[in-house]
Amino acid sequence: MKEINDLNLPEDVKYTKDHEWAKFEKDTVTIGINDYAQDQLGEIVFVELPEVGDAFSAEDEFGSVESVKAVSEMYMPISGEVVAVNENLEDAPELVNEDCYQGGWIIKIKPSDPTEMDGLMDKTAYLEMLKG
Amino acid sequence: MTRQPGTKGLIFNEPNVWDKSREGRCAISLPKADVDRVPLEPALTGDTPDLPQLSELDVVRHYTRLSQWNFGVDSGMYPLGSCTMKYNPKTNEVQAARQGFAGAHPLAGEAFSQGALQLMYDLEKYLAEITGFAGMTLQPAAGAHGELAGMLIIHAYHAKQGRQRSKIIIPDTAHGTNPASATLCGYKSVNLASGKKGVLEPEAVAAVMDEDTAGIMITNPNTLGLFERNIKEICDIVHAKGGLVYGDGANMNAIMGIVKPGKVGIDVLHLNLHKTFSTPHGGGGPGSGPVGVVEKLIPFLPIPRIEKDLDTFRFVTECPDSIGRLHTFYGHFGVMIKAYAYILSMGAKGLLDVSRLAVLNANYIKESLKGTLNLPYDMPCMHECVFNDAHQKKHHITTMDMAKRLLDYGFHPPTVYFPLVVEGAFMVEPTETESKEDIDQFIQAVKAIAKEAETTPEKLTQAPVLPKVGRLDEVAAARKPCLRG
Repeated sequence: MKEINDLNLPEDVKYTKDHEWAKFEKDTVTIGINDYAQDQLGEIVFVELPEVGDAFSAEDEFGSVESVKAVSEMYMPISGEVVAVNENLEDAPELVNEDCYQGGWIIKIKPSDPTEMDGLMDKTAYLEMLKG
Repeated sequence: MTRQPGTKGLIFNEPNVWDKSREGRCAISLPKADVDRVPLEPALTGDTPDLPQLSELDVVRHYTRLSQWNFGVDSGMYPLGSCTMKYNPKTNEVQAARQGFAGAHPLAGEAFSQGALQLMYDLEKYLAEITGFAGMTLQPAAGAHGELAGMLIIHAYHAKQGRQRSKIIIPDTAHGTNPASATLCGYKSVNLASGKKGVLEPEAVAAVMDEDTAGIMITNPNTLGLFERNIKEICDIVHAKGGLVYGDGANMNAIMGIVKPGKVGIDVLHLNLHKTFSTPHGGGGPGSGPVGVVEKLIPFLPIPRIEKDLDTFRFVTECPDSIGRLHTFYGHFGVMIKAYAYILSMGAKGLLDVSRLAVLNANYIKESLKGTLNLPYDMPCMHECVFNDAHQKKHHITTMDMAKRLLDYGFHPPTVYFPLVVEGAFMVEPTETESKEDIDQFIQAVKAIAKEAETTPEKLTQAPVLPKVGRLDEVAAARKPCLRG
């Protein structure tokens, strides 16, 4: 497993305490799990996705990732309606391990209140939390 | 150093039975037909089933060889935490194989099944006595089915009160099947973190318990192997808001004769006969998950119920509030016979000793290994103890590596990566049936493996080397499962 200093944590996304990332672009927010989460889970064998049109509040469970060790729930960083899910993950869940910020994204949502993004952590704050 | 049980030996390859099949080969002589042949209606027939054609010796070697690939509690220690893999005394099998039981037919009718009915009636009474409940059903097929039965009873109770509730509280040290059972009843799970000492804190329960919450599901002892010492206070909090307390009795092996869950505020509890009451488990046979309830929940138990009129036993189905039938006929009767035999052969004193020794054995392992493996919750445990791989991380050795290496030493690995509240969990439950000598051997094996982690870590990362197959590719198996031969 990676040391904290070896984690890939981009500057241009926001983080949650449950190790999701969220990136705001134009009208949508793309959501996935971050490098720490995929590294801790180990090789991911299944991703349970919500359906397009599902609406969730912040911190609601929207799906789960399953590795050979465990099943982990994923929680919404902010509130919104699902506008796209990464269908590639159905056949290739390993994308989450290989490329969690690009090819391994999980869902895209239309946020109900984009200002909720301000409540999420930036890289510095997230690293602080990890170091505890 | 003690000699370890695992060693090398000759193991046979064995193809599947269809590959061994040869046209015309046969292992049995059918008796001559004494009725005339009558052709079936074409609508009733289909293609001939593709059954393998084998001699008796082919069949005997086939299953003997497969059994030699296997690891069972009859061949070695099986300290699988949360599963209570105790030895199943052979007398249980002898009793279940008695002609009167083995030949019983579920459609024979009450008049011809009095012995079987009496056994079920008495077993319900024994289990009710052991757990402190007023009523018991033997119908559920296994633990998770018992949980579902229990939750359906809770659901039916709230419906009868005139107002259904929407949520259920589930602590993070509960069994993984709990949320699934609650969800099937339409309840939304409210997850509750256990306190710093690995047990639930009453304040935390009080903070989430409200009048829309149907109750709480508690595994006690919990999956950290710790006794929920605040259980009475927690039950009071839940009851005060009109909720019910579901007890997951999977870990009953730790408290028989010591705590009666029905007397400390639990309203519904399931048992695993295939764990605590010593009937075969896992691949060894079907389970059985009886459910006990307090007096006010008896009307909701599944039907048929068994009642006794003078010396006659009969099935009763007129129970308007019952959650209905949960299983064909009356559940897994063969399992009930074995559990009944076990209870009678142990007696009350024997069952108390079972729990005392199960707890003693687990604490002995915990104390013996706590310098070797990291012990996140260092306090007296019940029937199982949970370590993790924190000390081995610096050598890049994981719980999985140690578990696999144990196979080479001749031990079944413990439960790994569960409970989820302990990262890299290594959960050991020796049960009462292992002797001190065998437990010492296990302790030595774990210590030797921890030493290897420092000096020759490749022995762990390549393990197991002695079993017929090496380390399986679990990732490929999950991502690209091959479901047909």
